[in-house]
Order: sequence, then structure tokens, then C-alpha cells
Amino acid sequence: MRGPAIDRNLVMVSLSLMLFGLATLYSAGQTDVPTRAAGVWHRQFVWFGVGIVACVVVYNVSLRVLEWLAPALYAFSVLLLGVVLVVGTGAGTAESSHSWLSIGGHQIGQPSELAKVATVLMLARFLSSRKEAPRSLPDLIGPALIVGVPFLMVLKQPDLGSALVFVGIFFAMLFWSGVRPRLLFLMATPGISLLLAFNTLAWGLWIIVFVLILIAWRPYVWDWTMFLAANIAMGAIAMPLWTRLAPYQQNRLLTFLNPEADPRAAGYHAIQSRVAIGSGGWFGTGYTEGPQKRLAFLPEQHTDFVFSVVGEELGFLGVFVALSLFLMLFLVLLRIARRATDPFSSLMVFGIIGLFFTHVFENVGMTVNLMPITGIPLPLFSYGGSFFIICLLCLGVALRVAHDSRASGYPDT
Amino acid sequence: MNGFDSYRLRARADVARLVFVAAFVVLCGAFFRTQVIQHDKFQLKAVTNRLRPISLTPPRGSILDRHGRVIAENVPGYSVKLLASSSDSLRAVLVRVQRFVPVDSARVVDIIERYKQARYQPALIFGDASFEIIAKLEEHRSVLPGLVIQAEPKRLYPAGKSVAHLAGYVSEVTEVDLKADRYPGAVLGSIVGKAGLERQYDDTLRGNEGVRYIEVNARGRLVREGAASASLPPTPGNPITTTIDLELQRFIDSIWPAKVRGAMVALTPNGEVRALYSAPTFDPNSFVGGISSSDWRRLNTDPARPLLNRVIQARYPPASPFKLAISAMALKRGLIRLGTRMPEPCRGGMRLGNRVFRCWKKDGHGMLDLIGAVAGSCDVYFYQLGLQLGLEAIIQDGVFLGFRDKSGIDLENELSPIWPSSMAYFDRLYGPRHWSPLGTTLNFSIGQGENTQTLINMVKFYQGLAGPGTVVTPFIVRPSATKERSLGLSEKELDALRHSLIAVMERGTAVASRRADLAVAGKTGTAQNPHGEDHGWFIGFAPADKPELIVGGIMEFAEHGTTVAPYVVQALRRYILGPAAVGPVKMGVLLDETLTPQRDTAPRPLELNPDSAAARAAEDSLRRAEIAR
Repeated sequence: MRGPAIDRNLVMVSLSLMLFGLATLYSAGQTDVPTRAAGVWHRQFVWFGVGIVACVVVYNVSLRVLEWLAPALYAFSVLLLGVVLVVGTGAGTAESSHSWLSIGGHQIGQPSELAKVATVLMLARFLSSRKEAPRSLPDLIGPALIVGVPFLMVLKQPDLGSALVFVGIFFAMLFWSGVRPRLLFLMATPGISLLLAFNTLAWGLWIIVFVLILIAWRPYVWDWTMFLAANIAMGAIAMPLWTRLAPYQQNRLLTFLNPEADPRAAGYHAIQSRVAIGSGGWFGTGYTEGPQKRLAFLPEQHTDFVFSVVGEELGFLGVFVALSLFLMLFLVLLRIARRATDPFSSLMVFGIIGLFFTHVFENVGMTVNLMPITGIPLPLFSYGGSFFIICLLCLGVALRVAHDSRASGYPDT
Repeated sequence: MNGFDSYRLRARADVARLVFVAAFVVLCGAFFRTQVIQHDKFQLKAVTNRLRPISLTPPRGSILDRHGRVIAENVPGYSVKLLASSSDSLRAVLVRVQRFVPVDSARVVDIIERYKQARYQPALIFGDASFEIIAKLEEHRSVLPGLVIQAEPKRLYPAGKSVAHLAGYVSEVTEVDLKADRYPGAVLGSIVGKAGLERQYDDTLRGNEGVRYIEVNARGRLVREGAASASLPPTPGNPITTTIDLELQRFIDSIWPAKVRGAMVALTPNGEVRALYSAPTFDPNSFVGGISSSDWRRLNTDPARPLLNRVIQARYPPASPFKLAISAMALKRGLIRLGTRMPEPCRGGMRLGNRVFRCWKKDGHGMLDLIGAVAGSCDVYFYQLGLQLGLEAIIQDGVFLGFRDKSGIDLENELSPIWPSSMAYFDRLYGPRHWSPLGTTLNFSIGQGENTQTLINMVKFYQGLAGPGTVVTPFIVRPSATKERSLGLSEKELDALRHSLIAVMERGTAVASRRADLAVAGKTGTAQNPHGEDHGWFIGFAPADKPELIVGGIMEFAEHGTTVAPYVVQALRRYILGPAAVGPVKMGVLLDETLTPQRDTAPRPLELNPDSAAARAAEDSLRRAEIAR
């Protein structure tokens, strides 16, 4: 079946990122103090191989098979999420949560990672099977349910970071399916209301502004009543919701606003990460030489804060290169999504973009205190088998989509 | 599905591209701000994260005697410190340390308390660790994270307990002292002088601390020493040369009878202190590296109060040696001359009004001139002389002669003597008409009453008698800026007083201590002590015709001044005639010599006034009030 060549751009960018990531992981293990990161690059090397095999396998699977498999995969991942809620265990920066599935004491993976991909497939299948892009609130009930179920289950674990990824996927795919930006904005308004509800004056102003927007845009009666109701409801439940958050989540959100409030405990990660990055300067302290990492001041330097190692040792220059590579990855994937042969493939690739983008922005952002700290890995960098394989599966899908579109006559460049 | 035509996709892709680039710019901006704009701030944080300053103790300046012999010096020592990230981990490591070397539990509590005050500094475990301790800890270094062993100069007093009150001792600066800024330049952990010369000349001796950086990891454990940052070497302190004669100092310690409390001090006529000794004494070396709490408690609760420097911090009624002051006053005022006799002979007492005031000698001295009265220490003679002078004149002249002032020796915490400032003092103290001017006059004329002096102050007065009639502020290192003060006596009068003091030795109360090889002049005294046996005084100088050294001694509960005299005479002989003259010291022989029929006992002071201890306390509070004003 091999006709046209593989999408070389995607392969090059992905391989660059993977090697960059592996090199960073190796450095993360080079410490003067024994840490858990010491030998991880060996194991990541294994995942590296497994991931490439998975990528090649998926590349050889017809997209129609994926479309056909989507509901089953989705149902299976939701089932796993249910299981994990009952018997899950915690790890890393979120020791107390239930995000890991373990068998006989071995943690074999986080079902939420699988659920992300399954949701992308399911949503792509659902949206592409419709004649029109959703135009009003009732049209959005289906997509909202598809994303909402795993979203809420992940939130229950609780894993705020992964839950955010579902939100990212949801908005990205709706946008790509052609939902009007106005409607997307209106859907985001309950979230804005939730954030502003902690300040009564700001929230009151927001409701006035929101009413003015509704008057100007004149959406369907049903829509605006629901959106208004949702905004007011969010304002009302904000405080009870806050008190229901786990203390570590509250601390993380609070320390995001002011890391110095509790420098030895909750704010420790945020401060030490910034110190490591900030001390890197233009060119960094040199590969494997970063003192903050070497002396174990930098926490979780092989998982959630792997990017801080880049910042400390390779400086702003290294950060710029890494971020540029990610930008190129997104642009390459975007072109693949644009040129896909069918809406399902296109939506699927854009969903993958949404997944990656949320991960990268949140993870990199939190290392410089631009985003609150949520335990969320950096694609192709962070140590961890299940997420790494999921990422390569996604890349395999994207390669397949690129291949198919070329086979149907798109030029190579 | 509609809406996937290339035109609309292109529009959406443009929006998406914009979002990606915007996100890229935002992230790059955030990193640029952190890494380039705020680089210095975070670089500093990173350095303070991992570098811990460890202060380097400067070698303290030596204290030398006048011939360059060592009173205090430094020898290499080792300190053991622990770096810890929390008090819990410090406690855990201390428990492990206890497995190898003993650390008592009170000390552990102490260490942890101190650690809490300065978490980023290594906690001091042993200030002065022996080689065995170092070897044992080094051997188990792998299980003792944060262990810092540092070579440090440590203080050594080769003469040990014989120089304790003179040299003082060193110890870590306390928080109270730091707050009061009593030691300018000292920081937490600095070793400072706490008493004696170490305290007085601390600024000169201490030097400046250096600093060294060590690199630690996130758990506060030592990673490597001598990290990138440069270290600052400590500046050694300056040595001081004293006027002390260390051999004399050691000699006094060697002859001092065991378990006797008291003091001895030796001055030259120009005010140089040759020896300064207080008993009971202590070993100043026990303070090096931190005294154990049990030793500290023992020193502080011992009823003999070994930390008290009895030369400058104890006051005694001056008793018979004060008769020379009364004589000096009378001579200066022209009331008497050497041959002057008092109207009444001594018949063992003297009738005044309807009361009899007794002399210490029940048989009486008979008719005496001044020299005879001093030699025999006749109370009746001085009662009459005191009455001729009058209380007001005695008080005035006492102030003039320096009995109201500190000696001014260069040691801290000298006590002021007690001496009334004027007659009004008694009215303030007891209320007008509640005290007897007559009885008080008699008491004052034999050195009792509201008059207590430190040993150094009395010896200072005798130094004035021994020299050309001027008293000089005694000093150990640097002469005082205050000018010498004349006693106001002519050369002839001085000569006469010296002769009376020679008579004391030749045929008077101290005849038993007389030695043919050295002409000593001196005066015994027995200070009445309401709390027990009387205190004995002896102040003497030699050679009598051309004094080179003035030595004063006091022994508490010695009953008689004659007990003290042989010790003072021995000290004078040791200094002037050299070690050969005194030979190897035999304590028993010295004590036997004190068994003599000639003893002056203290006359009971008149029980006219309230307990003198209460009076002294009242005096002190009055004085404090005056200073406060």
C-alpha cells in the first residue's frame, strides 16, 4: 500500500523533540545526590523503542479502522477511569490522588492518558458524522457529554491538569469543526464567571458586561437563558466548590498567585523551578552541570519539571530552541489537519494538536509560574511510559493522515 | 460534513496559527523575563540556596607576662558542627552521633534550641573535640550527613587555675550580649572574653572572623567544601603584654592554703600589677569549647563562689590597715607628729561617758607614740586620734584619699568601695538622731563601720605610702589616663609612717613573720565579720627602705591578720630575692609559723547601728539612684 513517502517534516520535528527530551532526561539523572531520576533515561530508552513500534503499527492501520474502533475504545477508557476511581493510586506531585492503575503493586499507566486519545477519536467521529457544525446549545449536548464524562471522572481523581486537557481538546475540536467563535466564547463564559466569583465586585461587573454582550449578539432564546443561568450558577457555587477541592489543589492555586506565601511547602516547587530557570541566564550553566538540579533543589526534575532542567542548563537559548521545535510541531500538524482527506481525519489531527498544545502550554507555563502547578507531563520530554506511548500513537495517527492525504493527490510541500 | 472546504479551513488554520505563535511569544517572553531580565536576582537565590557560610574563628591574641611568658595562647583544636535542613533531621543525626561519642541529653536540647535561632548555620556540637572523637566521627562520616569538622585555634592557659581571675576565660557570645552590643563586631557564634583580661581587652584580642563557603544539597547536606565562592581568611587578634610576673603569680597559687577563700595582689610603686590572685580558683581551660552545663552549675552554685574575683569584687572592712589612713589624715592636718602621745594611756580600754571602749589587747599597751601605736595596733590610741579628727574630717579626708572611688584597675566589674560622701549619709541611712556620731567616729577610727574596701583599693593606698606619696591607678596592660594623686604628706611624714610599718614587723603584731633576709614593712588587720570568723588582712612592702613591691592579702575566716602575714612575706621574698630564697614550698611549715602568741583580735564594733550588711545594701541602692539621676 505504500505509495507516497512519509511526512518527513513531522518525522524530523518529532525525532528532534524526542532526542532533545531523552538528552534532557539523561541530564536530569546526573545529580550529586541520589534521586529517583538517576537511571530513568535507561528505562525511557526502552519506552522510546516501544513508542516507535506503536507509532509504526498505528501508521499501518487504516483510519477507517480507528473510526470504527472509536466507540469501543472510548467506552473502554471510561470503564478504566471508573476502575481507577475505586482502586487507583497516586504518584509524583500528586501522591494522594487516584490517577494510576496498578496491578500487583506495579503502576502500569494512567487511564486518563488513554481517555484523552479516546475522547479525541470519539469526538472526531461524532462531529464528522453530523451534517453541520453545532450552531446552538442543544447541538452541543452530544460533544459536551462525550468530553464531560471523562472530564468529570478525571476531575474526581482529582487530577486538575488532565481535566484541563479535556477542556482544551473540547474547545479545539469544536473550533475546528466550524463552531462560531461567538458560541465558543459563550461556552467559556461560565468558566470566567467561576474565576471572577471570588471577588464580588468583579463578578457583578462581569454579569453586567455579559448581559450587554447577550443583548448585542442576540443568540437563541434558549441559549442565552441557559448561558446566563450558568454564569449566575457558577457565581453561586464557586465558594462551595473551592472548599471541596483537596487542600493540595487549593495550595497550588494559591501559591500560583503568590509562591512566597509558603516557600517551604506549597510554594517550594514554583520557587525552586524559577530559581533554576532564572539562574540559567542566556546560555545556561552547561549541559548536565546545573547546580540546582545536581543538588536536588529542583523537584520532579525528570517528570513535571523536566523543562526547568532545559532552562537551567541550556539557558534562554535552549528554551528558545525547544519552544521553537514545539511551535514547528504544531504548525506541521496544523498543515496535516488542513490537508486531511476527510473531516474525521482532520478533526482527529486537530484534537491531537489541542491535546499536545494544552500539555505544552500548561507544563512549560507552570515552570515559570505563568500557569498554576498541575501535575501534567511535557509531551516527548517527561519520563513516563504510558504518556510517551500515547504521544507516539498520536504522531502515528497524524503520519497516517498525512500519508492518506498525499496518496489522494496533495503535493508534498 | 460541511464546512471542511479549503477556504474555510484556511481561515480557521490562520486563527489557529495565530494562537500558536501568540502562545510561543508569551512563553518566550516569560522565559526571557525570568532568565535574562531577572537573571541576577535568581542567580543570587541559586547561590544562597546552595552555599552556606561557615565562620572561621580567628586566632585570639596571646596574653603574655612582662618577660614574654605565656598566660594565654592558642593551640590547634577541632570543632564539630552539623548542617541540617530541619530540627528533626538534626535530632536524628545527633542520635546517631550519640552512638559513637557521648553527648548528654541536656546538650542535645541546647544544640537544637540554638539551631532554631540560625538555621542556615551549622550547629555546633563540640567546640573542642578530642582526637578520639574526631577519629570516631570521621570513621562513620557516611552515616552522619552534614558533618563538618573544622580545624580551629583553641585557647589554652598553660598556667591553668593560677591565672583564672587574672586572665578570665572565653566563651561563645550570648544573645543578651549581642543585643546590648557589648562586643562590637561579634556575631552569633563568636568567641569572646567573658572575664578578666580576656573581657577587658577583648577588642584587641579577638580579631575578625573569616568566612568559608561550603556547598550543600537540598537536604542541607554537605556536598563539597571550598565551593566556587572565595573565602575570607580570619584576621588574627593582637597579643597583649601585661605587667604580670607569671612566676610570682604561680608562686602565690602554689603557697595558697587549700580551701581558704581570699585574694592576694602585688603592685609595684608605679602601679604595675605583678600578680593578681583570688581563691578559690577554677580552671579557665574548662571553658574552652563550651563548658559543660554541670561544670557551669557547680561553679555558680558553689557557696565559695570561685568565679568571684576577690581582689576587685569583694569588699571587706579595712580594719587595722586603715589605721595608717587615719594616721595620714592626722599628720596631714597637723594634729600630731610622730612622737605625739594621746592624753590617755591604753589600759585595755577607754572610758567615754558611761561606756568602756575596749582595745584588742586586754592588758593594755600603756602610753604610746604614733609609731608604737601602729606597731601594736593600739585601738585606744586611734579612738582618741579619731575623736581629735572628728567624723566630718575623717569622711572628707577619706574621700580625698580615694576610699570612695574604685581603684580604676583595667579589669571590668570592679566594685565601688563603701565610704560615706558626707555626714548627711548617716541621716539618710538611719534618719537624723537615730545614729550616734560618737560611736561612729570610734568605729571609723579603727577601720570599721560603714566603710568597706576592696583589696585592690587598700593596696593602692599602701602603694602611695611605699612610693613618693602619690597613689597611682594600678594597671595590668595599659596605664590609666587618670593622673596620679598625692596623699598630701611630706617626705618626712611618709618616712615616719614607713617606720611605723617596719616596727610592725620588727616588734609589733607581725613579728612572727619576720625574716632576716628581707626588711618588710606592713600592717596586719582583723576585719570583724558578722557572718562568722573574722577576716585576716596583711598589706606589706619590701624592701622597707626602698620598696619594690607592695603585696596585699586577705583570707576570709582566717581570724587574724597574723595568719596572712607569712604568705605575703613569702610572696615578697620570692619576688625580690628570687626562687632560691623561698626554696621548695612547704605548706605545713608556713602554717606553723602563724602560731604565735601575738595576735590582734578585732574589737567588737559598737552595736549602735543596724546590721552593716543591710546598711551596705542600702548604700548600694542610694548610689544606684545617684547614678540614675
